[in-house]
Amino acid sequence: MSLLEVQNVSRHFGSLVAVNGVSMTVEPGELRAVIGPNGAGKTTFFNMITGFFRPTGGRIVFDGTDITSLLPARRVWRGIARTFQVTEVFPALSVRDNLRIAIEVASGLRLRPFLRRDDQTAVQARVADLLAISNLAPMANRLVGELSHGDQRATEIMMALALKPKLLLLDEPTAGMGDQETYDITQLIRKLHRDQKLTIILIEHDMRVVFHLAERVMVLAQGAVLADGTPQQIAANEAVQTAYLGQAA
Amino acid sequence: MRLDRRAADAVVWLLLLTMPFWLTWIGGYTALGTRVVVLALAAMSLNFLLGFTGVLSFGHAAYFGLGVYGLGLTIKYLVPSSLAGMAVGVIVGTLAAMIIGALIVRLRGIYFAMVTIAFGQVFYFIAYRWNGVTGGDDGLSGWRRLPVDLGFARIDILNSDYALYYWSLFWFAIAVLIMAALLRSPFGRTLLAIRENERRARFLGIPIDRHIWISWTISCLFVSLAGTLYALLNNFADPHDLRWDQSGDFVIMAVLGGMRNFWGPLIGAAIYVVLQDYISSQTENWMSFIGLLFVLVVMFFPRGLLGVLRRRAAP
Ligand SMILES: Nc1ncnc2c1ncn2[C@@H]1O[C@H](COP(=O)(O)OP(=O)(O)OP(=O)(O)O)[C@@H](O)[C@H]1O
Ligand SMILES: [Mg+2]
Repeated sequence: MSLLEVQNVSRHFGSLVAVNGVSMTVEPGELRAVIGPNGAGKTTFFNMITGFFRPTGGRIVFDGTDITSLLPARRVWRGIARTFQVTEVFPALSVRDNLRIAIEVASGLRLRPFLRRDDQTAVQARVADLLAISNLAPMANRLVGELSHGDQRATEIMMALALKPKLLLLDEPTAGMGDQETYDITQLIRKLHRDQKLTIILIEHDMRVVFHLAERVMVLAQGAVLADGTPQQIAANEAVQTAYLGQAA
Repeated sequence: MRLDRRAADAVVWLLLLTMPFWLTWIGGYTALGTRVVVLALAAMSLNFLLGFTGVLSFGHAAYFGLGVYGLGLTIKYLVPSSLAGMAVGVIVGTLAAMIIGALIVRLRGIYFAMVTIAFGQVFYFIAYRWNGVTGGDDGLSGWRRLPVDLGFARIDILNSDYALYYWSLFWFAIAVLIMAALLRSPFGRTLLAIRENERRARFLGIPIDRHIWISWTISCLFVSLAGTLYALLNNFADPHDLRWDQSGDFVIMAVLGGMRNFWGPLIGAAIYVVLQDYISSQTENWMSFIGLLFVLVVMFFPRGLLGVLRRRAAP
């Protein structure tokens, strides 16, 4: 069974058609990329999968259930986690607390007025795990708002990961980063995909990252699918080159 | 830092426990201390919502006032018992908050604040208009607090100012310790998460409206508890206790002391009560002094008076 089936979804904003009849089927364990020029509808596509917006047409099936009109929190509970194009973290809390909140919610502890000793130990162990995977351990007690852009993004990714998602959606994870930070984040994503068999869809502008990571690439332009294939096929596709790659060059 | 906070907590509790003894040295009196404790409880309860959930209510006086009237009406018409009055006041205030909260919890920011005022005014007008029962504009008088009989002990809050102070402090302590514990719990951290970044919180799987509703209910529960204590202190229920400007006073206390600091509203309430006591004996216009102080604090110490201490203390 496919993990995610997006069937012919559309989203209108007034007279603007931001996404126009896009379909996508994702199998467990895949790492997919969505690319396209500015305003192509990539983020809107994510927003419909995660419940930020409801589609104006089409259907979304996740893990066998129709989630088209579920509230965002319920989609998270079913296993969809995301990061945002502009970093969304809890800046005035420490890295540790950022992760801890995500872990506690994912462990069903969010309404607990106190923590039993064993739960507390389990949460702490999981915080330590996530810190270790991401190399954030030295900054664990710093406020996220004080960290570098790259470390803030890494924190956000680790928060999403703390939810133990079946599907992770990353909206331009390397946006605004220098070469070293881009490299680090790329390695982190690769590691998550390889070691945890995590299914990932990422939106990305940096072609090096896309070619390095993705097994399959979908190109959106003006809300519609322009092409869909392996990175090599996409690189060779003339329509894509004119609409997108050519424009960037 | 953790040690610092423990030390600060210890100092605050010590000062509160000994207040009736040192207050007279500096020219105060015990009932003034009780007033500080009771209004501090109200302001700290409001701040559970305002400072630690990030939700602004301008209508908390409604639940405070329901506590006041719940107690007064119970003692006057139903049961001559302070405890029964407190129970009724808290239950009525909390139930009203649960129902109204469910209706308004989807609203955000200024819209939420406006609607809390609107609902608050409804209760004010009921108290104001329902002359026969509530005493209307004159307030509810003709009743007094009664000594608390626990069976094994009798606490004479009627005749002893000390007893009333410690009775109030007892309830203050319970409420405040519960709120402090909650803020250190997973549930409390979800509230901080909502305050810090609602979008992130929602996409971590926190059902925002439900958590805000719970926070609101807890906040209003303790505010109505404060209301019942306030009624005991005054032996009187004033329709003003329900009005929007009373709500505003709670917000002022929280902001004055520092709403990001757990003890901030206590300091705010102390300043407010003391200024009110001293200045109102000199001039009618004491509120403009509070207003001036408020403006100065907001301009020069936007994090409140305790916010400054914190920044100084940080490395
Ligand atoms: N909430 C909204 N209200 C109105 N229009 C919107 C909204 N969100 C997106 N749009 C419009 O929909 C179109 C697609 O936007 P979207 O953010 O999905 O593009 P994108 O592919 O993510 O672009 P970028 O690469 O710049 O992030 C744009 O024209 C945008 O202005
Ligand atoms: Mg985008």
